[in-house]
Amino acid sequence: MLGIVAAIIDGVLIGSVYGLAAMGLTLIWGVMNVVNLTHGAAIVAGMFALYLLTAAIGLPPYATLPVILVGGFLVGVALYWIAVHRMVDRAHLMSLLSTFAVNLVVIGLGTAVLGTGLFNVPVTLPSVTWQRYTFSGTHILAAALTALIAGLLYLFLYRTRPGKAVRAVANNREAAELCGIPTTRVLSFAFGLGVALAGAAGMLIATMFPFTVLSGDAYQLKSFVVTALGGLGNPAGALLGGVALGLIEGFAAQVMPVSWTLVIEFVLFVAVLLLFPRGVFALRRA
Amino acid sequence: MKDDTTAAIVADRRVPMPRRPFFWIIALVIAAFATVPAVGNNVELRESLLLATVYITLASNLNLMLGYAGYINFGSIVFFGLGGYIGVYLISAHNWPLAAAELAAGVAVSLLALVFGLGILRLRGAYFALATIGINEAVEAFVSNFQPWGGSAGLYLPTTIFAPLGGPMRALWVIYFLLVGVMGLSLYLAYAVKISKFGLGLMAIGQNEDAALVLGVPAPRYKALAYSMSAFLPAIAGGLYFFKSAFIQPSDAFDLGLSTEAMVIVMLGGRGTVTGAAIGAYLYEELRGWLLTSESFSNFQLVVSGALLLLIVLFVPGGLMGWIYGRWPRTKAVLE
Repeated sequence: MLGIVAAIIDGVLIGSVYGLAAMGLTLIWGVMNVVNLTHGAAIVAGMFALYLLTAAIGLPPYATLPVILVGGFLVGVALYWIAVHRMVDRAHLMSLLSTFAVNLVVIGLGTAVLGTGLFNVPVTLPSVTWQRYTFSGTHILAAALTALIAGLLYLFLYRTRPGKAVRAVANNREAAELCGIPTTRVLSFAFGLGVALAGAAGMLIATMFPFTVLSGDAYQLKSFVVTALGGLGNPAGALLGGVALGLIEGFAAQVMPVSWTLVIEFVLFVAVLLLFPRGVFALRRA
Repeated sequence: MKDDTTAAIVADRRVPMPRRPFFWIIALVIAAFATVPAVGNNVELRESLLLATVYITLASNLNLMLGYAGYINFGSIVFFGLGGYIGVYLISAHNWPLAAAELAAGVAVSLLALVFGLGILRLRGAYFALATIGINEAVEAFVSNFQPWGGSAGLYLPTTIFAPLGGPMRALWVIYFLLVGVMGLSLYLAYAVKISKFGLGLMAIGQNEDAALVLGVPAPRYKALAYSMSAFLPAIAGGLYFFKSAFIQPSDAFDLGLSTEAMVIVMLGGRGTVTGAAIGAYLYEELRGWLLTSESFSNFQLVVSGALLLLIVLFVPGGLMGWIYGRWPRTKAVLE
């Protein structure tokens, strides 16, 4: 019985990080109606940024988080202008293809330079022991940092003028433009923000689990599942969806081999899309 | 531009196949593929053309979804890989003859695709595309765990398997000719769909799904049908391909690189054109051969195909055929 409680707690901790990754995806999707298939590459870039910054420059692991957020934002803005700007108003097909192409380039470069071996960043944190169970410190801190970033994102989107501009553009781009909001700049800003969140999520995942250059696909799929669960363009829903996914994974791991996880997640993704096309946790629009 | 093609389809839908010049162009291509390497027993040329037949088969069938219906299928390689698995499994475990095993693979994969297609037919636009990304991951994970198919270690065929075809040397030629046949059928299928009412419906979906629905195109059923149809020949090609290598494992069978290449080919040649898929495949194979031989590029194959895809999408979304149609509008009447 206590094993289940421990699985629930760990599922919530890990799932919140999935939620953070999905926030990056759902923000871009909601604001400009573009499915960002470079999302997996951005997550992997965050993982390797952690690895390289700690191994090469010797930064302490958690000091890389602000660097990754800022770097991810700048890369994201650049990506917007290279691959997305011309696709925003065209058919889904085109933006899917262009972001997919960028993903190939990034993953191809990563594979050529770093290989496909397993990487691991040793992070030593004291763990928390509760009765017979031990919760690793990295999981707890990752969840805490996720909560912090999510809180800041919420304050930004709901309490500041630029954040309100992002929401206005997501709501109705033409109307926002008519109100004098520089929509193109907002779009590139939102894209940068989305990539920064993905990178930060990648960094936090890398403190918990080993990773390879090709890990991005699996985490990208998780982000899609979370987005489907949480509803589109809804950061709070993404966090709930992430926690739900973490719980489902935790339970699935008790009943069947871990290698089946992807199959379960995929079935879940399709099932949720068919049964709840607007998301299980989608807030009712007033 | 698009309306022109649609009008042309309506206008000449009644002309029978053998009265169309394009029918004979396809026949010529098939004949060239079948005879040129056979003339001097040129094995090297045969191997490079064999790869071209696989590329053309994959691209041409992907085109049914990507080109006609405007739906990306990121997981088109699932058909190829599953077909390979079913073919190899039936031959190795149940001693089926080659032809029966490959036909069974084609039918089984098509039916699976139909069931899956009917399941996700309510998904539209980007959601459908995302579901197809997932299916690749899910099927690969499933096969890697499926013990009758050897799990992640894969399946081997004994070398004696080629004996009924007259020994390994002759068997390789037989497989090549069969693959040329599959390629030819793919081209004819793409052409037949394009000039049919069904193809017209798919193109209408590709241009505006809401408008198509209002005009009475049964979009969900058409999408599922196109999805299933585009599975049949790639599954057979996969069966033949992995029969030739006498070995199959999940990482080869569901190589995402190959479905990516198929997408690059379709976009390079020109989405929604039969000729484009074939020429794109040929050009891409030449490019790939050049990349593989030049040392500095062999590691960067993915990077190059990605960059190529990005450039095409950004600057020449119509691909090579789009450019040719724009330059010489009369070619539209001959090259579909």
